[in-house]
Amino acid sequence: MVEGALSHEDPRPTKLRVDGLSAFYGPKKAISNVSLDFPERTVTAIIGPSGCGKSTLIRCLNRMHEVLPGTRIEGRVLLDGEDIYDGDPVSVRRRIGMVFQKPNPFPTMSVYDNVAAGLKLNGIRDRARVDAAVIRSLKQAALWDEVKDAIDGPGTRLSGGQQQRLCIARALAIEPEVLLMDEPCSALDPIATAKIEDLIFDLRKTYTLVIVTHNMQQAARVAEFTAFMYLGELVEFDRTQTLFEQPKQKLTENYITGRFG
Amino acid sequence: MRFDRNARRRWMNWIMSALALLCVVVALVPLGSIIYTAVTFGGHVLSFSFLTSGYPLACSPTPSQPTCPVGGIGPAIEGTGVLLALSSLFSVPPGILAGVYLSEFGRGRLGRSVSFFTDVMTGSPSIVVGIFVYTLFFLFFGPRGVFSALSGAVALAILMIPIVTRTTEEALRLVPNSVREAAYALGIPRYRAVLHVVLSAARGAILTGVVLAVMRAGGEAAPLLLTALGNPFGFQGLTQPSASLPPIIFNFGTSAYSNQVAVAWGAALVLIIIMLCISLTVRFALRSKLS
Ligand SMILES: Nc1ncnc2c1ncn2[C@@H]1O[C@H](COP(=O)(O)OP(=O)(O)OP(=O)(O)O)[C@@H](O)[C@H]1O
Ligand SMILES: [Mg+2]
Repeated sequence: MVEGALSHEDPRPTKLRVDGLSAFYGPKKAISNVSLDFPERTVTAIIGPSGCGKSTLIRCLNRMHEVLPGTRIEGRVLLDGEDIYDGDPVSVRRRIGMVFQKPNPFPTMSVYDNVAAGLKLNGIRDRARVDAAVIRSLKQAALWDEVKDAIDGPGTRLSGGQQQRLCIARALAIEPEVLLMDEPCSALDPIATAKIEDLIFDLRKTYTLVIVTHNMQQAARVAEFTAFMYLGELVEFDRTQTLFEQPKQKLTENYITGRFG
Repeated sequence: MRFDRNARRRWMNWIMSALALLCVVVALVPLGSIIYTAVTFGGHVLSFSFLTSGYPLACSPTPSQPTCPVGGIGPAIEGTGVLLALSSLFSVPPGILAGVYLSEFGRGRLGRSVSFFTDVMTGSPSIVVGIFVYTLFFLFFGPRGVFSALSGAVALAILMIPIVTRTTEEALRLVPNSVREAAYALGIPRYRAVLHVVLSAARGAILTGVVLAVMRAGGEAAPLLLTALGNPFGFQGLTQPSASLPPIIFNFGTSAYSNQVAVAWGAALVLIIIMLCISLTVRFALRSKLS
């Protein structure tokens, strides 16, 4: 819809570059020719109506899209200038973590094992190191105080919001460079949401974050950049403040002012 | 109007509950009858020594010897234990692997044919499996190798594999895809995700399947009559015939001597109790593991 690459004018280097990306489910094209740059150590929000392809886009960013049978992509995704689709998906996913729309803790695993899983199953045996990573991640995810006495209890016994924070802790434990979050707060109450937003704010210092959200206030609060998608296409990408206050596209304006349809 | 609907609903609820209860009773009647008969005819021989001592010799009460020695089923218990352990060893690993293959990897031709042959194996009568193993051992080891603990265990394993495979497959399919995705998103390689996350999420149901298979095999007599055959001493080595519970129920049950018939009833009762214990132990273990 917009000519040329939608790149930011930002002094920070680009961490993740999406270049002419299209994604398919079988014959169905879910996103079409999306290009955008995510600068290093920033939070970028992706907004847009339900079904516009936000989840599909971020699943392409750590090669989770191809996990579903019959899917394929066109275009490139560059992490530090290298195409993630060139090598092995497993090593890409260690560098680009993901939190899913629905909380999905490992059943039959304790809280501790859930958080430790990424380390242990990637061959890290050093008990002290794993312990430290688990505690650090749980604290970062604002869950530590609630679970510190039940750390060996099953992860599935936590409330929905706690489970989501557990999943965030699990993703943080392997210290990815980029963290993709698909509506991480959709199952959370306002207090937990505020905790997650604080967390996102902190994580920005070390990680590059991409967060899908339906909540425009949330995007405005946490994200430096915002991308607006509609019907599988990227409509507008800009600094959050600019996008919300002076949108260049009529579609964006209609969406953020709630005049839609 | 509203009152009528509620009354009808309560009435229906009552009828359906009663029907469900009736079905439970009907289903339990055969079980109750089996246990009742086994206890009536076999209960009096049960004792600790019955579980350990050797088979009774054929004997009819005579004026000079009014009571016959009861003997026991020690050899059969020992043999059944060894046979079930061996057949579990032969069937559980391949059964679980095949189930994992079917659920996690098996698409296309190979997957479909594995699935098809599993169905065929599930459907084959145990006596046919017995004949198959008999023939197989005859071909490879000659007439002296046919009747052995090994051939008995192989026959039982063939009966167990499809049960383990199917329950493993079903159990793994019940693990939501989001769990697999969560593992992949952590950069965990696929085989490790399957081994450590998916299998572990399904371990309870898989264990139940293994127990089902063991119980199925433990009650089989027909294939063992063609393979392990039986001997009066218990387990005598892999290449020798081996005693086991179901065949002696068959052999002694058709005996003309009342003391042997009593042992057959006792053996039947012991078999039922063993199966019940296995099942309860596993249930109990699973429950305490999950909480
Ligand atoms: N597994 C799938 N198979 C086929 N089509 C799919 C699949 N998943 C998503 N789609 C389609 O792709 C399009 C984009 O879906 P996607 O899940 O990316 O939307 P979304 O923007 O994340 O929506 P929401 O805000 O509701 O989560 C939709 O039209 C959807 O129907
Ligand atoms: Mg979505």
